[in-house]
Amino acid sequence: MDLYSEIILDYYKNPRNKGPLKDANAYSEEYNPSCGDKISIQLKIEDNKITKANFDGIGCAISQATTSMLTEEIIGKTIEEIKAMDTPDIINMLGIEISPGRIKCALLGLSTIKKAIILHKHA
Amino acid sequence: MLNVEEIRKQFKILDRKINGKRLAYLDNASTTQKPHKVIQALTDYYENNNSNIHRGIHTLSEESTTLYESARVTLQKFLNAKLAHEIIFTRNTTEAINLVAYTFGEKNIHEGDEIIVSELEHHANLIPWQELCKRKKATLKVIPIKEDLNLDMEIYEKLLSEKTKLVAVTGMSNVTGTIPNIKKIIELAHKFNSKVLIDGAQLAAHTKIDLQELNCDFFTISGHKMLGPTGSGALYGKEELLNEMPPFLFGGGMVLHVTQQETSYTGLPDKFEAGTPNIAETIAFKSAIEYLEEIGMENIQKHEKELTDYAIELFSKHKEVKIFHPENGGGVVSFTIEGIHPHDIASIFNEYGVAIRSGKHCAHPLIERLKIPSLARMSFYIYNNKEDVEQAEKALKETIKIFK
Repeated sequence: MDLYSEIILDYYKNPRNKGPLKDANAYSEEYNPSCGDKISIQLKIEDNKITKANFDGIGCAISQATTSMLTEEIIGKTIEEIKAMDTPDIINMLGIEISPGRIKCALLGLSTIKKAIILHKHA
Repeated sequence: MLNVEEIRKQFKILDRKINGKRLAYLDNASTTQKPHKVIQALTDYYENNNSNIHRGIHTLSEESTTLYESARVTLQKFLNAKLAHEIIFTRNTTEAINLVAYTFGEKNIHEGDEIIVSELEHHANLIPWQELCKRKKATLKVIPIKEDLNLDMEIYEKLLSEKTKLVAVTGMSNVTGTIPNIKKIIELAHKFNSKVLIDGAQLAAHTKIDLQELNCDFFTISGHKMLGPTGSGALYGKEELLNEMPPFLFGGGMVLHVTQQETSYTGLPDKFEAGTPNIAETIAFKSAIEYLEEIGMENIQKHEKELTDYAIELFSKHKEVKIFHPENGGGVVSFTIEGIHPHDIASIFNEYGVAIRSGKHCAHPLIERLKIPSLARMSFYIYNNKEDVEQAEKALKETIKIFK
């Protein structure tokens, strides 16, 4: 089965960067009311770049694994680079096709990260 | 006994392959498939009779009107309502309930009054009453469920009072399949002179309804959940209540006399059917009802009970599975699998050709009450067979295996 590739299952069962980040300076939370998925993001932003990223959350394998992968993917990226990220980047990162019904799950992590960046700028 | 194999031949969509697998369609509480007869009725109407109803003098308009009004009589008899004009056609149950909230509710609910709903309600039978209570400074009271997923009738009795003006309760939960004792709910409410609305969106698709015996004041149905096209549905209301209620939507087809400043309105049922209705869908809904009557509602209920019991038997063998279904519930089996999100369950089931629903099923308060984030749900209808249930169990085994 394509959707539940080994890599997605691995990140779901053994999430990377899950839990609190002590020296974070950017935070946000998102909630998908239709399925109950919750994601919270904690970032360390230094000199316009992401230096650390952690997440916490509950939800489906797609939302949780994608977010965990993103916390690795965004390290070293500038705020502008992250703002420019969109659906194709996520699909590319996951390396699988995602049906329209599940795309929301895959995008929840990215939108939460973008929100943390916006909130950080306004802080 | 149903001849399921004969029935399945009437549903061409069941021949489809989904991801290379035979389709096991188990999302019937959401919407059912449509038999050939219903699809043909739509085509026949558009190819032979299509015209606007009422007021027309020409042949096509007369034919369309006759067909449309005959659907009303068919539905009246199917539900055993006393009068045909007690049946108001709507798009669906949601529209029917909103109609009652905006007409009966606006007129009869006042500050300090109380409306009672239950914890089992679909949002369609909750939010219109929340909003009405806000507009009117009335209070919304809720009958809780017990651990066995049935309504707590003792608390219901305590909630009832002189202040109760309306009790709005589902006939069957779309999440747990719980079938409340609506006969008793109605009897008790009437002792306090409260009116009662039964949300029959689920119940009417699976059970013989006798409105005169039930004696509820309002009853709502969705045609698309009982083999009819989307956009077909109805509100039943007692004649005297409907007569006293103001119109809901205003426009063409519901007026007696119009001047530049004033309008007088027609009687039932036209008063509540402003604008061109879903003529074709309503006429095809009639075909769906005739088909259900041919099969027999008692047979349908018995068939679904067998499939429900079988599904519970197969699924409860797996220790990871938790089933949310009361004893003697309807043909809806909701479940969770430990450690696996229902969306992931539904995605994997889909890979195996099994169509189920996952999420909160438009019943957020009930899902909260069950202390879970969401649920996976199988629901059965006339064309489902044991093979569908076995295919679902196979998908279940694969799901557990993938996430092990």
